[in-house]
Amino acid sequence: MMLNQFLLLAAALFCIGVYGVLTRRNGVLVLMSVELILNAVNINLVAFGAFQDNVMGDVFAVFVIAVAAAEVGVGLAMVLLMYRNRKSIDFTEVDMLKG
Amino acid sequence: MSAAVLAQVVPFERPPIDWHAVAPELILLGFGALLTLIDAVYLERGRKFTSALAGIGLLAALVPVVTLAIDGNDRYMFNDAYVVDNFALVMKAMFLLSGYVVVLLSTNYISEGDYWENEYYGMLISSVLGMIVMASARDLITIFVALELLSIPAYLMATWRKRDLKSNEAGLKYYLMGVFASAVMLYGMSLLYGVTGTTILADMGEVLNTGESTSVVSLAIVFVIAGFAFKVSAVPFHTWAPDTYEGAPTPVTAFLAVASKAAGFVALVQLVFVGFWGRGDVYEPLMWVLAAASMTVGNLVALRQTNMVRMMAYSGIASAGYIMAPLAVAGVSGDVADEALRAVVTYLVIYAAMNLGVFAVILGIARKTKSAEISSYAGLFQYAPGLTVVMTVFLMALAGIPPFGGWWAKFVVFRALVNADTTMGYSLAVIAAVNSVIALYYYLSVLRTMWADEAPDGDVTPIRIPASLVGALGLTALATMAFGVYPKLVDTVADVSLLVGAGG
Repeated sequence: MMLNQFLLLAAALFCIGVYGVLTRRNGVLVLMSVELILNAVNINLVAFGAFQDNVMGDVFAVFVIAVAAAEVGVGLAMVLLMYRNRKSIDFTEVDMLKG
Repeated sequence: MSAAVLAQVVPFERPPIDWHAVAPELILLGFGALLTLIDAVYLERGRKFTSALAGIGLLAALVPVVTLAIDGNDRYMFNDAYVVDNFALVMKAMFLLSGYVVVLLSTNYISEGDYWENEYYGMLISSVLGMIVMASARDLITIFVALELLSIPAYLMATWRKRDLKSNEAGLKYYLMGVFASAVMLYGMSLLYGVTGTTILADMGEVLNTGESTSVVSLAIVFVIAGFAFKVSAVPFHTWAPDTYEGAPTPVTAFLAVASKAAGFVALVQLVFVGFWGRGDVYEPLMWVLAAASMTVGNLVALRQTNMVRMMAYSGIASAGYIMAPLAVAGVSGDVADEALRAVVTYLVIYAAMNLGVFAVILGIARKTKSAEISSYAGLFQYAPGLTVVMTVFLMALAGIPPFGGWWAKFVVFRALVNADTTMGYSLAVIAAVNSVIALYYYLSVLRTMWADEAPDGDVTPIRIPASLVGALGLTALATMAFGVYPKLVDTVADVSLLVGAGG
């Protein structure tokens, strides 16, 4: 089994995700970028698990999927709250606290 | 076809569970579920007793921790993924007691502020549950799940004032930095799993120690440590801390500053001592840089703060540096590692007492002044001499002046650094010493404002402090004084021999 192709795909997804988190201003797009990183993790885990014939990678991936769902649930709630209070989901406008 | 497949399936056998060892977790889980149920059934009528119930739950979970400590045996479950040893028990007791003090701090604040009360205590209990799971987690998956279990309720609690833009911002910044850090950490964990083929930390330690040093291992260790450096708010991953601390409700700030930070350190300690011990060449320089940067940046920026909570945030960043410093020499030898571990545990226990105390005083003063600006503390001694005296105890302890608790914490850190007898240890000790002097300045200037200045507008009506806050102040002041006058006490508590499964 070829491992490299999976790892390269995961590394590419990871880089796109990090780029997205750092540059996007729209709240929902930032959350999507975080999801990209988490999916890169899942690809890594499943590929390593299959490569080593070891079930722990798959188990880990299932946990990551489940927890990511909870995390994004909280994140979307926060974006919604922000939209209600300011009528905008542009993260760069959130700058009341400084110093 | 399907019958043939089914015939091969081994019937599921439940792994043996040591019910005594997981009793604290189960009790907290039970109380958390009960609080949620009360909310669903009694609605607003449940508000009267939820805080008492949460406090009882946290204290009840302490009972099995004590019986386990008396029993004294190390307990292992699930292929060593879940270990209850002395270190785990000490940290569990600390998390439960800090949680209890946070309940005391929250009782009046949350019920008077028109907040959602029932859910608040449910969230608090879930977060503490995550922390006590973290103390026993010796496996990447368990560490990850514990981290998220303690973080996700904390994100929500930081945003608890839904209509307040500052609270929204506090939660949002905490959440964004948190998920980003945990995603990067997970990528590191996936690489570690790929290299070692296991998620159990003890097995991973063996493989990493004997295996060749590849750059992928170094990258994975850096990613994982960076993820937890966010949790403990070490520079350069600290940017969320001051904003979140200022915007979040003050009891939640106390919780984040003490319990959440300690949980990050518990995970770091387990990873370093059980998982990465063979790779000191990677984590030691990293810890050195994080510790030196945190101490210096934290203290220097704290100097020019005018808000007490923000100042405490930067002081917390500096403390994260002190706690991290012994980890920079942990790989020198077995004895040094032992001493470094004790230094971290000692500092965490003493830090919890004095920092929770400071936040209790901040809450008490804010009941009258509605402000955390340091200038509003002027003349406090004229109308609240009791609060002024306990604040003096806590700030002197944080500055490290005997006989108040903090000096012993700093002393054990210095001892660990110097006994390592390496360039890294000595240089870090010098940086820590210089920083202790800088810290003295800003703590003393707050005290000067409180003792010497005149009260603004000559308003000297006394502050009415509710009983729960008095209880929290009494507990933390007593602990701070006891640890300082009689350090043997905390030595007995922190007498944790090397973690189960640790090598080196």
